[in-house]
Amino acid sequence: MATIERRRAVYRGSRIPQPIPTVLQRDPTLEDVLTVNFGPNHPSTHGVLRLIVDLHGERVVGLDAVIGYLHTGFEKTMEQKTWWKCVTYPERIDYVSFQYNELVYVLAVEKLLGLRIPRKATWARMLFSELARIHSHLVYLGTSALEIGAISMFWYCFRERDLVLDLFEMVAGTRMHTRYFQVGGLAEDIPVGFYDEARAFCKRMPEAVDEYEAILNSNQIWLERTRGVGLLSAEDAIALGQTGPNLRASGVDWDLRRREPYLAYDQVEFRVPVYHGGDVFDRYKVRVDEMRESTKIVVQCIDRLEEMHGEPWIADDRKVVLPPREELHTSMESLIHHFKIVTEGFRVPEGEVYVGVESARGESGCYLVSDGGPKPWRAKFRAPSFAALHATATCAQDELVADLIATVGSLDAVMGDVDR
Amino acid sequence: MSYEGVPGLVETREALGESTLVVDPARVLEACTHLRDELGFNLLLDITATDYLGWGDAGVSGYYGTGGGRDLNDPMTQGYERTPEPKPKRFSLSYHLLRVADDHARVRVQLWLDDGQPVESVVPVWPTADWHEREAWDMMGIPFEGHPNLRRLLMDDDWEGHPLRKDYPLGGEPVRFSEEE
Repeated sequence: MATIERRRAVYRGSRIPQPIPTVLQRDPTLEDVLTVNFGPNHPSTHGVLRLIVDLHGERVVGLDAVIGYLHTGFEKTMEQKTWWKCVTYPERIDYVSFQYNELVYVLAVEKLLGLRIPRKATWARMLFSELARIHSHLVYLGTSALEIGAISMFWYCFRERDLVLDLFEMVAGTRMHTRYFQVGGLAEDIPVGFYDEARAFCKRMPEAVDEYEAILNSNQIWLERTRGVGLLSAEDAIALGQTGPNLRASGVDWDLRRREPYLAYDQVEFRVPVYHGGDVFDRYKVRVDEMRESTKIVVQCIDRLEEMHGEPWIADDRKVVLPPREELHTSMESLIHHFKIVTEGFRVPEGEVYVGVESARGESGCYLVSDGGPKPWRAKFRAPSFAALHATATCAQDELVADLIATVGSLDAVMGDVDR
Repeated sequence: MSYEGVPGLVETREALGESTLVVDPARVLEACTHLRDELGFNLLLDITATDYLGWGDAGVSGYYGTGGGRDLNDPMTQGYERTPEPKPKRFSLSYHLLRVADDHARVRVQLWLDDGQPVESVVPVWPTADWHEREAWDMMGIPFEGHPNLRRLLMDDDWEGHPLRKDYPLGGEPVRFSEEE
C-alpha cells in the first residue's frame, strides 16, 4: 500500500457558507473570475445537475447548484393513483437503489393499516434491500472512479452489478424497478433455484471487493485525488442534514438499521463502518466496507429463508391483498375482492405517518397523509440525495475544479431522488 | 419525553407511535431553537407542506371520493368509511426532526396556516432547511420570512402557480399551437 499523507485533515467546527448555506458566494473584490456552467448535461453529474461555478484560476471561489431538471411530479401523480397502484412510483424516484423507496412506501402504508406481514416477507425484503445497497454502491464506485480516471473500475463494478440484476430478474422478471414489494408482503414467492444463485453471488462478492480495493488502495492517482478532498466535519454534516455513508465518513456512528431496527435487522450480525476523515476517500471506504457487510446480511437472510420454505409470503387480509390467482376460478368472494382491489383500491384509515429506513444513501423517508379514502391525500419522500447536495457548497470550498468532480461523485446524489 | 417547555406549543398528539407537536406559527423559530438547543434535535430531516383544500368534500382536483358516499353519476367513485376529521386551516407544515445521539428520538413539529400566511424561516437553526423551505414555497406557495434565498427550486423561475396545491390543474401545462400566434 502506497504511503501518501492526506493533503489536509478534516477541519473542526463549521464552515457552512453564510448567509445562504447552499450557495458559496464569491468575494466581490476578487478579480479574474471565470464563471463556468458545470452541467446540466455532464457525464459526471450523475444525471442532470447544474453547478454554476466561479473559478479563480483553477480554484472554486463560488458555487450555486441548480436542480429540478428531472422533476417529474411523482408526489402529485401519486395523489391520483390508488394506494395499490402507487407502489411503482416511489421506486422510480431513486432509480439506482429502487427497492428502498418501494420498501419505505410499503412500510408506511402497512403502518397506517396496522397490517402484520409474514416473517418470510420480512426476511425477503431485507435480502433484497441489502442486494440493492450492494447494487447502488457498485454504481457509485464504478462511476465515481471512472470520473477521476480509473476506467477499469467501471468494468469491474458493472460486472458484479450485472449479477445483482440477474438476481432481481429471477424474482421479479425485470432487472430494474422490480415492484417486488407489495402492501402485505411480496408480489410473488421466491422462485426455485434463487437461493443457489444468491449464494454463488455472495461467495463471489467478497473476492470482488478485494479486487476493487487492490486496484484502488494502492493507486497513487486515486489516493492523491481522494484523500483530504471534499472535506465535511461531523458538525457540518449533521447541520446539513447528511445521513448514511456521508455522515458515517465524517465520524458519526449513525445507522438506522442499528438504532431503530426495522424489518429484522436486530436479528442479524453486521458491523457499521465509521471513518473520521470526512473526505472523498473515507466516503469510498465506508461504502466498500458496507458492501462486505451487506453480503454477510444477505447470507444470513438466505439461511433463514431456506428454513421458511413453503411459508406464506404475503398477508392473508383479503381487503388489502389480492387473493391467490387459482382461487379466482372457484371462489366468487375472491373474484369480488380481486375486482374491488384492482378497480377501486383498498382504503387506508385516516392518519399521517412518517417511516424512515436506512437506504444506500442515508435516511430514505416517506410521509403519508390519508383521509380514509382509496388514494393518498399526500405522499412526500424524504430523499437522502436531496440532503446530500446541500453539502456541495461546503465541501467544495477552496477546492480545485477537478476535485469538484470527485466531491460531487462522493456525495452520491441520484438526480431522480433529488428532483422527484 | 416532556415537550411542555416548547414555546408556542398548542397541542401534543401521539398516534401510531409518533409524537406530533402542534405549534403556534408565530413562534416557530423560538420553538425550533428550543428543540435544538434544549432537547437536542440536531438534524432536520424534512419539511413537508400539505394542502387540505377540500378535505372531506366532493369534487376536489385529484380526488373523487365524496363525503356522502358513492356517486352514482360517476361510476369510479366511492365514499368514505367515515367523514374525515375537519382541519383547522388549509395548509399544514410538518418538520420531521431527529436527535442524532445515543438516546435518539424523533418528533414532528406541525403548523397550521392559511393561504399566504408567512412563516419564519428556520435556516438559522438548521442550515439544511434552505432547500426544504424553497421546495415548500415552490410546490405549495408557503412564504418564508427571513429566508436568505427564497426562489423556486424545482420549477422554472418564471413558473406560475404552485403545482402540488390541490386546486392546481392536472392537465399539464397549456400547449400553444402555431396558428394561435
